[in-house]
Amino acid sequence: MAKTAFSKIVFIVLFVSLPLLGFAYSGEVKDAVQHEQADELTSKQKIKKFIEHHLKDSHDFNFITEKTGEDSHGEAQYKHYGFSLPIILWDNGVKVFMSSKFHHGETLAELNGAFYKLYHGIIYKTDAQGTISYDDHDHPTNDRPLDMSITKNVTMMLFTLALMFVLFGGLARGYKKGPIPTGAGRVLEPLVLYVRDEIAIPNIGKKKYKRFMPFLLSVFFFIWILNLLGLTPLGVNVTGNIAITACLALFTFLVTQFSGNKAYWKHIFWMPDVPVLMKIALIPVELLGILTKPFALMIRLYANISAGHIVVMSLLALIYSFKSWVAGPSFFFLTFFISIIEILVAFLQAFIFTMLSSLFIGSAVADHDDH
Amino acid sequence: MKLIEQFEAGLFFWQAIILVLMLVLLRKFAWKPIMNAIQDREEGIENALKAAEKAKSEMQNITADNKKILKEAKLEREAILKEANALKSSTIEEAKEEAKAEASKIIEQAKQAIEQEKQAAISEIKKQVADLSIEIASKLVKENLSSDKKQLELVDTLLSDIDLKK
Repeated sequence: MAKTAFSKIVFIVLFVSLPLLGFAYSGEVKDAVQHEQADELTSKQKIKKFIEHHLKDSHDFNFITEKTGEDSHGEAQYKHYGFSLPIILWDNGVKVFMSSKFHHGETLAELNGAFYKLYHGIIYKTDAQGTISYDDHDHPTNDRPLDMSITKNVTMMLFTLALMFVLFGGLARGYKKGPIPTGAGRVLEPLVLYVRDEIAIPNIGKKKYKRFMPFLLSVFFFIWILNLLGLTPLGVNVTGNIAITACLALFTFLVTQFSGNKAYWKHIFWMPDVPVLMKIALIPVELLGILTKPFALMIRLYANISAGHIVVMSLLALIYSFKSWVAGPSFFFLTFFISIIEILVAFLQAFIFTMLSSLFIGSAVADHDDH
Repeated sequence: MKLIEQFEAGLFFWQAIILVLMLVLLRKFAWKPIMNAIQDREEGIENALKAAEKAKSEMQNITADNKKILKEAKLEREAILKEANALKSSTIEEAKEEAKAEASKIIEQAKQAIEQEKQAAISEIKKQVADLSIEIASKLVKENLSSDKKQLELVDTLLSDIDLKK
């Protein structure tokens, strides 16, 4: 029953998003190839640049960019379809304005006599002419204000938060009517039970798992929903961003350390049942272990999701590299196939992150009766 | 592009806020009520199953009890019947004995009465015979007192004729 409901959802997500996925990506890639035509870049470099651009966060929510023509200087003109997002800067006080002020990096934003330029997705402080100075490695040396903007990724996270609130708040309200959930709750409840019975209880134990359920459930569904949203034509890459995974891993780290019991700390600072010299030698090893665990969590999620996006986009880009009737359909179907795998990966990575988090928490709260 | 360069402090900051917000809000409005409801339901199911199991075993006990009671009742009925039978036969026996004794007593009394009557009758007869004899004797005496010899002969004859049987 739960299985059928789950597979139904997967199929719906699959068939709604995949054709759109191909469409949206192809639109973006095509645009990227044209976008950089003015520069003397090879097609390979252009694609690399575009994929890098996609993986990064953005200050506005752009769905499709269309080339509308060229101005009198021969510079390409573009029309962007999307919406702008609020920019929040900390530069001698909070400065708030909409990203539309930048016109997608084409103009400077002037605020109380200070000028800001959006250059390759990063906001720099400039003079009135918008001069960007470079160091030896072609990196801009301009000052950077502290950027607290509500970016594309923040928007997606807020959307996910709202979505989870609606979905699971609805499920919670459903229980007031009766013990068996109806509607969407029928799909959501097995998932909640899955996290409880397959992730939390086996790793933390039946006695102590309850305290950590809110954290595990939140993290699991947050990652999973954002992974799936990353596969939609929205073209977002939230969980494939190192800041996001770092924050998630930091939370697991904090939850683990703050719930650690006496036995946990004893195993770190004074390992029982080993000689004294060994005890001292093990302290740095164990302390390093505390840090490597969440670090692995951070890198794993970031790398897997980023890699998925890179593979899907690269395969689509091959269509534009080969420009042939054979390569087009074949790479489309290959992308389709990889996209299906990515849907699996989306779940798998959410599962692994939650699973390992609960494993770490479980080791911190375990009674160590067996020693 | 180096990984550390990709780290955006602003994004990290918002992510932390959103995550905390999510933990607080969803914990209060979703996870707690959901987990509690699921647990209540599971406990309810478990209790219902236990109750059903208990009811089943109770039912079995009751059936066993019923059988036992029925058996006991049967035994008791048999015992009662047996007792009643014994009582009946003993009563009959007793009555018979009593009747016999009564009858023999009555017979005895009757015999005694008969004996007494017989004795009375015999003495009456004896008296009558004596009277009759005296009458006869007086008559004979009156008639045959002519000759002494004859008188004696007559007396002897008469006396021998009278048989004093019981």
